Amino acid sequence: MALTTYVEAIRQGIWEEMERDERVFLLGEDIGIYGGAFKVTEGMLDRFGEMRVIDTPIAESAIVGAAIGAALMGMRPVAEMQFIDFISCAFDQITNFAAKNRYRWGAGVPIVIRGPAGGGVHGGPFHSQNPEMYYVHTPGLKVVTPATAYDAKGLIKAAIRDEDPVLYLEHKYLYRRIKEELPSEDYIVPIGRAAVRREGRDLTMLTYAAMLYPCLEAAEDLRREGHEVEVIDLRSLLPLDKDAILTSAKKTGKAMIVHEDTRTGGIAGEITAILNEEVFEYLDGPVLRVTAPDTPVPYSPPLEKFFLPDKDKILATARQLLAY
Amino acid sequence: MSAPKGARAGERGPDRADLLAMLYTMKLTRALEERIERRLYRQGKIVGGVYVGRGQEAISVGAGMHIRRTGDPARDDVVFPSHRDMAVFLMQGIEPRRVLAQYMGRRTGPTRGRDGNMHMGDMTHRVVSFISHLGDTIPVAAGCALTFRMHGTDQVCFAFFGDGTTSRGDWHSGVNLAAVQRLPVVFICNNNQYAYSTPLARQMAVARVADRAVGYGIPGESVDGNDVLAVHDAVGRAVARARAGVGPTLVEGVTFRMTGHSAHDDAGYVPDATLEEWRGRDPIARFAGQLETRGLVDRAGLVELDRRIEQEIDTAVGGAESDPWPAPEECLEGVYHGTGGDAWR
Repeated sequence: MALTTYVEAIRQGIWEEMERDERVFLLGEDIGIYGGAFKVTEGMLDRFGEMRVIDTPIAESAIVGAAIGAALMGMRPVAEMQFIDFISCAFDQITNFAAKNRYRWGAGVPIVIRGPAGGGVHGGPFHSQNPEMYYVHTPGLKVVTPATAYDAKGLIKAAIRDEDPVLYLEHKYLYRRIKEELPSEDYIVPIGRAAVRREGRDLTMLTYAAMLYPCLEAAEDLRREGHEVEVIDLRSLLPLDKDAILTSAKKTGKAMIVHEDTRTGGIAGEITAILNEEVFEYLDGPVLRVTAPDTPVPYSPPLEKFFLPDKDKILATARQLLAY
Repeated sequence: MSAPKGARAGERGPDRADLLAMLYTMKLTRALEERIERRLYRQGKIVGGVYVGRGQEAISVGAGMHIRRTGDPARDDVVFPSHRDMAVFLMQGIEPRRVLAQYMGRRTGPTRGRDGNMHMGDMTHRVVSFISHLGDTIPVAAGCALTFRMHGTDQVCFAFFGDGTTSRGDWHSGVNLAAVQRLPVVFICNNNQYAYSTPLARQMAVARVADRAVGYGIPGESVDGNDVLAVHDAVGRAVARARAGVGPTLVEGVTFRMTGHSAHDDAGYVPDATLEEWRGRDPIARFAGQLETRGLVDRAGLVELDRRIEQEIDTAVGGAESDPWPAPEECLEGVYHGTGGDAWR
């Protein structure tokens, strides 16, 4: 069986949804003739035509605003941000219009906004960001962060079928680096459900997106030292799978969070608060976190390496926690 | 109320019934807003801010006559009113009682008490809610029009906004997208010459809002916004272009804001002489005079019309005041699909 890359999984998911539902259409910069900066929409213009694959002016607020308008008319738009960093240009449309519309007057806005996030490719401050928490802080939105090719496909399909606005953050470091065999039949990955990637009884690592892989490597190293680490892939940040988080923390009594996002205001803080509120009596140590520092994402390799969490940083924190 | 008929204009001018409906709607709008701003607000019955369009009624009504309203969502136009377009809500069939319930924070308003004043949306009436962030509805209107084109219908989006809104990036990018894609949108500016306290000259370096159209490669037309028939004519041409698939048009009605920005603002920064000058151009008095000259109404008829409107508003106020408040725990409903908020649709 052929292996499917993460980026191809996204493309397949969108393609299948467009075949399945004629209300689904795409809009964004350079997605038509060029097939997208990362080729996620390659071939779609030929297959679906220019009514459903729309090259827009360079104006993210117009892209998202137009997606909202089409959604109000019953369509299922999928808007591409060429790099997710540019989503800031549409912040107002997303947080004030799309997110609040259902609550204010009952008209849902089923749009998907997707784009490449994350560092590790020397993209510098404006092509490497992880903007999830601006949106996780906005009631009315959903935010998903697939880490595997299976989830990339299943979550984009779930996002397109969802009745609410979904931000789909694809990690560009994973685009062509990971691949797996995918089922041939139609499937979705439900939004709001975490996945246990490795079972263990001594420590829980909670992570998402590209950080899943150094966590799994660290867990393997720790196994050789005699520790069984449970690794949870959150997959959705909003809504967060509290049950999965709490169940694992109760089981292991030790929890740490690993994310590529910067430290202050990252999801780690929120998860720590939840653990405090709900399972404090089960914990045998403090909830610790491994994150990027509170800086922009730097460009030069030594700087970016320093910035990004990696296996060694995860191991250091895990050993500290295991020592309790 | 008897809402004006869906329009045929652009094809021909308004007939007698249309003209009388226009007068009625302008007067109802004025009277309803006066009741809200000058009585209910001062009595403490309006729980938040009040923004009215006094003196600008001719723009909403002249344009609103062209909105197609058949009750069939696959044929009807969609409107994006601004906060000074009360008449558009009324013409779309959102009744005075619901408007008042919205202002009073009651459960029966279009937002069930979640939002106030002119932030009313109701898809069954083809009205998309305005938000406080000016210009946000402009790209949304473009996306709505994009859908009409995909479906191959001749439906049109009516996007209303003020002069100040044209300074915002969302306005620019929305108009540009509509222009590039030649979408069926009519952009209607009520240029009331003030954005809160900031006069037009500090808002833009062009002489007229309509001059901005050239930058998008679309037609721009500026008309006397206090002449309801001039607005009706200009918007009729724009609607005809939109229905024919030619593309969007920017229509500017030049008017004046005869109030403060909101009910708490005494507009002391507006020169008295300017206000006085514009008071003499009142669009309702002017239109009533025209209809009187043409023999369509007489003094007694106008007095009777005003009386009937006051009575209509009395009934609406009584109704809204007896409407229930939302239950406190409804605060949690309807942030997402299937969490309770869908029930009131």
